[in-house]
Amino acid sequence: MEILVCVKRVPDTAENEFELNSAGNDLDRGDLVYSVNEWDNYAVEEAIQIVDKTGGNVTVITVGDGESEEVLRREMAMGANNGILLSDDAFGGSDGKGIATILKAEIEKGKYDLILTGAQADEGAGQVGGMLAAMLDMPYASLVNKIEVGEGTIKVGREIEGGNQEMNEITLPCVLSIQTGINEPRYVGIRGIRKVASVEIPVKSASDLGLAADSVGKTGAKTRRIDYFTPDMGVGAEMLEGSTDEIIAKLIEKLKAKGGL
Amino acid sequence: MTQIFAYIPFSNGVAEDVAMEFPAAAAKIDKTASLTAVLTGSGPDLDKVANEMTGLYAEVIKIDNTALVYPNAEVVRKALLNIIPAGAIVLAAHNTFGMDLAPGLSIKMNAAYAADIVNFDGVEGTTLKASRQELGGAVSTHVAVDVSSGAVITIRPGSFTAVEGKTASGSVVDKSGNAGDLSAKRKFLEIVQAEVGDVDITKADVLVSIGRGIEEQENIEIAEELAKAMKTVVSCSRPIVDAKWLEKGRQVGTSGKTVKPKVYMAMGISGSFQHLGGLKGNPFIVAVNKNPKAPIFQVADIGIVANIIEFMPELTSAINDL
Ligand SMILES: Cc1cc2nc3c(=O)[nH]c(=O)nc-3n(C[C@H](O)[C@H](O)[C@H](O)COP(=O)(O)OP(=O)(O)OC[C@H]3O[C@@H](n4cnc5c(N)ncnc54)[C@H](O)[C@@H]3O)c2cc1C
Ligand SMILES: Nc1ncnc2c1ncn2[C@@H]1O[C@H](COP(=O)(O)O)[C@@H](O)[C@H]1O
Repeated sequence: MEILVCVKRVPDTAENEFELNSAGNDLDRGDLVYSVNEWDNYAVEEAIQIVDKTGGNVTVITVGDGESEEVLRREMAMGANNGILLSDDAFGGSDGKGIATILKAEIEKGKYDLILTGAQADEGAGQVGGMLAAMLDMPYASLVNKIEVGEGTIKVGREIEGGNQEMNEITLPCVLSIQTGINEPRYVGIRGIRKVASVEIPVKSASDLGLAADSVGKTGAKTRRIDYFTPDMGVGAEMLEGSTDEIIAKLIEKLKAKGGL
Repeated sequence: MTQIFAYIPFSNGVAEDVAMEFPAAAAKIDKTASLTAVLTGSGPDLDKVANEMTGLYAEVIKIDNTALVYPNAEVVRKALLNIIPAGAIVLAAHNTFGMDLAPGLSIKMNAAYAADIVNFDGVEGTTLKASRQELGGAVSTHVAVDVSSGAVITIRPGSFTAVEGKTASGSVVDKSGNAGDLSAKRKFLEIVQAEVGDVDITKADVLVSIGRGIEEQENIEIAEELAKAMKTVVSCSRPIVDAKWLEKGRQVGTSGKTVKPKVYMAMGISGSFQHLGGLKGNPFIVAVNKNPKAPIFQVADIGIVANIIEFMPELTSAINDL
């Protein structure tokens, strides 16, 4: 099988305390630590496991700036065979539909049996996979946590509320968005990264893809972020302060009062 | 005039709570908009819920077809495309069905898409201003949605005030004849129920719940000891189950268990809405997190900025000394 996996470079929520910039219209991105979107590692792992069984290739693709190349290399160190970087100033400010439009242009140049995305990325939208499928007129299933490959069709499990699983049969080619927990993504060490450090990764621009600049980017976007703000969430938690002993003494009082002890 | 259509999710003849929240969401988009409920399914369950919805919506469209008994997003999308006029706004829930349906529907309608909306500031001209969160709830943003050629919008369940009692006296319009071709390349097979685990976290009055902040599998013992001191059990967030450190039955959240403890100890949990979605009955939440900006502190009653690996053993021994 020829499998394409869409991956994205995102700020790492575990490593960062997010602050707004001085203008208040963006995050202060200067010191942010970035990594591969958590969900995408599961998608790449799944693709590699399928290809190990059925033969074929795994290609990883991203729409991003020059720095996004590092996430492609990381996924290639996991075992993806090829990487493609779609990069152009004209892509900046794209909404989900813009990203899907860019990906579609490249996908149509190849021949893929299976296209995987993560269930969601940093913006928590969960949109690119479903949009891509609709644009390509391929069937789609989101939140996939099980894949069984057959002949011309596959069986997929979707995770639904309460952790129940909805089993479906779906024809190939198709697009699936992958949920965490479907597998255990392999660890990538420095040595693995070094091995793929000099592999060439093609970079394609809007004109390489034959995209009209106004169909993507800021001008093509129907949904656009205006600003970041701090929501009024009421009072928030009562923060306990002092030495650890003092904090624990106060906490034990509260827990006793609330039936916790 | 803005036309809004709300897709009503239901199962076993009962509408999901979000059905009561769409009217408030629609009013925040545009008070003067027309609001129509749309239901797909088949048989008595469909009729029962459709009739109930006439108490909340001035117009209720039902599409009855055996191909729609189970809500397969591909089939539902086809039906909706034949019913919903161009330029309309479609509301769906940001749940596992809405996530399956909505992005593709927006493409086929050539409409804007806005996901997981928690608030609206209203329409001005053809621009709808809305609020949502990014980065697992760490930041909030305003978005501008160009609704000039319609929009598909998923709303976060629980974010809008549910309407109570009978607020409309609508009627059911049967559009089953308009649904068109409902063949699909994706076929629903069956539902596999989640496994029942060794411990039942849903019965506990107190839960010591751990998240990714536990850092390593070996550290789970530290949480087990605190739970033992508090005479209860350990529950967790999703990454702990994904890593196979605890079994699925211990997971709190929309894709895990719904729990109703009196006291919830959130240890190294950031507080994503999918996690908090499993926490009902307004428990007393104690959050311990090393990040003072963690979103969990916005919903917790007591917050402590600390490393849980150091904090939990100290708390355990203090409790054991009581
Ligand atoms: C469809 C869908 C369904 C989902 N269902 C669920 C669900 O049912 N349940 C669920 O939990 N999630 C669910 N999720 C995942 C959810 O979006 C979050 O990814 C998840 O809840 C994050 O878990 P966490 O808070 O443990 O991890 P993180 O978000 O990584 O947070 C870890 C926290 O620990 C803190 N920390 C790190 N180290 C320490 C330390 N040593 N001491 C103290 N604090 C520390 C960090 O500051 C951070 O705040 C679902 C997602 C999707 C898309
Ligand atoms: N810039 C991008 N480049 C490649 N794939 C992306 C990009 N943005 C999103 N995706 C894919 O879409 C998935 C869901 O992201 P989103 O729809 O943004 O929540 C991600 O896990 C990726 O697989």
